[in-house]
Amino acid sequence: MKREDIIKPENKVYSRPRLLDDNIMHYCPGCSHGVVHKIVAEVIDELGLEEHAIGIAPVGCAVFAYNYIDCDWVEAAHGRAPALATAVSRLNPDKVVFTYQGDGDLAAIGTAETIHACTRGENIVIIMINNGIYGMTGGQMSPCTLEGAKTATTPYGRRVDLNGFPLRVGNVVSILDGTCYVTRQAVHTTAAVRKAKAAIRKAFLNARAKKGTSFVEIVGTCSSGWKMSPEKSNKWMEENMFAHYPLGDIKDTDKTE
Amino acid sequence: MAKIHGAVTIERERCKGCDLCVVACPCDVLALQPKEVNDRGYHFAYPAKEEACIGCAACAMVCPDACIEVYKVIVK
Amino acid sequence: MKGNEAIAHAAIRYGADGYFGYPITPQSEVLETLEALMPWETTGMVVLQAESEVSSINMVYGGAATGKAVMTSSSSPGVSLMQEGISYLAASELPALIVNVMRGGPGLGTIHPSQSDYFQATKGGGHGDYHLIVLAPSTVQEMADFVALGFDLAFKYRTPSMILADGIVGQMMEKVVLPPQRPRRTAEQIKEQCPWAVTGREGSRKRNVVTSLELDSAVMEKNNERFQRTYREIEKNEVRYEARYTEDADYLIVAFGSIARICLKAIEDARKEGIKIGLVRPITLWPFPFDAIREAARNVKGILCVEINAGQMIEDVRLAVSDRVPVCHFGRMGGIVPNPQEVLDALKKDFINK
Repeated sequence: MKREDIIKPENKVYSRPRLLDDNIMHYCPGCSHGVVHKIVAEVIDELGLEEHAIGIAPVGCAVFAYNYIDCDWVEAAHGRAPALATAVSRLNPDKVVFTYQGDGDLAAIGTAETIHACTRGENIVIIMINNGIYGMTGGQMSPCTLEGAKTATTPYGRRVDLNGFPLRVGNVVSILDGTCYVTRQAVHTTAAVRKAKAAIRKAFLNARAKKGTSFVEIVGTCSSGWKMSPEKSNKWMEENMFAHYPLGDIKDTDKTE
Repeated sequence: MAKIHGAVTIERERCKGCDLCVVACPCDVLALQPKEVNDRGYHFAYPAKEEACIGCAACAMVCPDACIEVYKVIVK
Repeated sequence: MKGNEAIAHAAIRYGADGYFGYPITPQSEVLETLEALMPWETTGMVVLQAESEVSSINMVYGGAATGKAVMTSSSSPGVSLMQEGISYLAASELPALIVNVMRGGPGLGTIHPSQSDYFQATKGGGHGDYHLIVLAPSTVQEMADFVALGFDLAFKYRTPSMILADGIVGQMMEKVVLPPQRPRRTAEQIKEQCPWAVTGREGSRKRNVVTSLELDSAVMEKNNERFQRTYREIEKNEVRYEARYTEDADYLIVAFGSIARICLKAIEDARKEGIKIGLVRPITLWPFPFDAIREAARNVKGILCVEINAGQMIEDVRLAVSDRVPVCHFGRMGGIVPNPQEVLDALKKDFINK
């Protein structure tokens, strides 16, 4: 069959998400952020939330998320996204509010805001990309950097006697009574992308149904920060990150109730 | 027996040559341009063996830059 | 009622949409009163005790981004923590109201009254080139009135405003006439009045993004020029002050907030002794009433700037008169509030008996 006979609108099985802007993303080649952006754009579109979704962008690599996903956005100060989301959601209860943050933003400088938004059970979605590094500032150690991992500020590898242990944020927020759904996903394979999308979709549905805080941790790669090719990064993530950050649902009140 | 014909379009200027689609493709359809680069200097992905494509969209799903669209025809 | 309670009542009656705060002496009555009044049952106003002042101001930032009338209150150490968020509010051109019921610093300092956050409030406070509209109430009535004024100015100019009160006016009880209840703005009114607000990207409207980030230097300079144009406009239109006994004055006292009332008593006592002193009380500390002070100082032999601090506003008073008139400072620190006799003695020592 000829290529031009296949490439026809009626045969299309995968389109660029409608709510993804035309801007070329500033992320490095292979960055997990791009895949998660696509998923978020698809979920907002598929749930018919484009007029209701309000995103809170972080400080870090995803600071420009508002340039890519076509909904209203507020750009927060470093770590403060859950505080903003709290107010946006409480003052606009008909909106579906989500934050999009990295582990440095959320789990270091923004720990208090995260813990308290989760413990109050704000009707928001928190999406955290856990790549174990501060990408934007040049690859320094983050709360989720693995033991032994080399970064700009742990040039000989993270030592727990000096730097403490890598933080399992999903597990921490899962014990808070305000969270209704806590899951850890990845986006390195098609199967993983499907699962991550289902998780983000569920989180948005929870927010719409006012069930409390949904927390979706995505274990991702930062090939620039890790100094590996995107393919090697995926492999390294599977071999090292998943051991410390196992994938799957950590809490789902739909199933326990 | 039904035969599946797939095809992909890749927005060459959007592609950053990360290679993840090449790795994800189960039929080895895709490759990075060995010499040619796009305006931003990346060896962009292209369907090197397009006749092998089954339109599974694995490449598109893992593409971080959303530059791949997928088409599929099932001929019975 | 107390000044702090007046703030709470006035906020509800203004039709404020939200208050986000954190307890700190001497202003905790604002949050306590709001929680007791339960405005969410009546006007629908959201009241939330946050986990810190940092979170409070960032909740204000988020709420303001949606075009809502939102506010917070705190006292000096808490307002220091808020400076990050205040800078973001200014940079994102968001209207909001911040109340600082000042206590003595630096550091944890004291819970007793002070005016030592004048620099912080009027010169920016956080990082970057910005100003707040700063209102200084001297009575409980003004505590109530300045809530509406602060919100209205904030929305008019799309910039945060601050009520810079102190522990005296916050804790003092006086009779107050509260404004009538105004309805909260509807979603439609917000969309009409604040087309920039993040309200959900409806229909064909382009998405609204509230951000203070701009990496293109040329655009960032343009943004800053726009902020500065707004500040010049505010300086032109919004200077407020009170002048008393200035027509025939030989000496001038410049004082703001609660201490201005003590100074007024000193001035009236002095009149009985035949000493003619005038008073200029800046109501807006930014924009500062430079012209009014220059005018009032035309025929005086000396200016005493009375502040409950080590001398902060005196710098602006000196700028106003460009060293044409001697300017001295009198103030107490550590939470001590001077009495009228001390003020008068200081003026005599500096200008009459020297």
